[in-house]
Amino acid sequence: MKFNENYFLPLKTVTVLIILFSVIAFMSFGFKNDFTTVRGKNDLIRDSVESVKAFKDVYKVLMSPRCMNCHPAGDVPLQDDNSRLHDMFPQRGQDGKGLYAMKCSNCHQPTNMEGLNTPPGNPNWHLPPANMKMVFQGRTANQLAKQLVNPKTNGNKTLQKLIEHADDGLVKAAWDPGEGRTVPPMSHEEFKKAWITWIKFGAYAPGSK
Amino acid sequence: MITLNINNKNYNVDVDPETPLLWVLRDTLGLVGTKYGCGMAQCGACTVHLNGQAVRSCVTRVSSIAGKKVVTIEGLSEKNDHPLQKAWLELDVPQCGYCQGGQIMSAAVLLRENKNPTEKDIDNAMVGNICRCGTYLRIRKAIQLAAELQRKGG
Repeated sequence: MKFNENYFLPLKTVTVLIILFSVIAFMSFGFKNDFTTVRGKNDLIRDSVESVKAFKDVYKVLMSPRCMNCHPAGDVPLQDDNSRLHDMFPQRGQDGKGLYAMKCSNCHQPTNMEGLNTPPGNPNWHLPPANMKMVFQGRTANQLAKQLVNPKTNGNKTLQKLIEHADDGLVKAAWDPGEGRTVPPMSHEEFKKAWITWIKFGAYAPGSK
Repeated sequence: MITLNINNKNYNVDVDPETPLLWVLRDTLGLVGTKYGCGMAQCGACTVHLNGQAVRSCVTRVSSIAGKKVVTIEGLSEKNDHPLQKAWLELDVPQCGYCQGGQIMSAAVLLRENKNPTEKDIDNAMVGNICRCGTYLRIRKAIQLAAELQRKGG
């Protein structure tokens, strides 16, 4: 018995198409979190390209002396525009507010003092606490982004709390650092926009290379 | 007019609210045991207690301390018999003496918060008080002696 080969042609075509669509669907699923724009939980619009692009600006600010100086790799804060170790080497202490006669607020008043080289002021001056140091110094953009979104390393903050943190009084003090100190490389408004964009588009970490 | 509580006594002072406490202590009230060293919280010579904390009075505005208790070196003890003062005398710590009031005020906070400080604790607490005579080793020994006196109740 001889089969009519043309009889099976549509079947072959359909089979190939099914396999092809399956592969495309599988790949789409696999890359959904990385390359497509979808609306997820908490009104997050997942877009890794926009998110990573925004984080470039965020990273520039966080690694500027005004932010990084209080997020040191060690237990002594950093100081000045060259981020050297703080004069007198005050220690972090358990709560991040210093030790004994060397507590932050012993010198850092609620507001800035007049004059060059006087201690900048804020009523909440402190480092991160010893049990969650939230180090910025030395972190790559990839490492810092991952650290910032992880509640175990970001001070137990949800994404919503992270967004609100942009308006924290001590964060905003970076743009009012007292005489003779540079401010971060963009305005607070621009930073906040980049910060929220980074988070709202999925808080993606840039590539590790 | 601002009312300040200094060494358990109230003073009404007519000064600019932005005036640093150090100037009020020395120039307005005549409490000159607290010294001017650098004027920018870098040396510790002006250290006083504000609600028990060792603040630098050269950068502490009087407007920020209304209602709070200030203790200067003159008010640390009624009879100059604080364990630190006894230890300072015993070990003849000062050389020129200029920084010593600030040193003792910082050390007093350390001993209140840590009854048995290690050398590292002492260094961490005292690192903000500079002594141009270099009496650091005697200061450290005196703090250890004072801690011992304190533990013995005296």
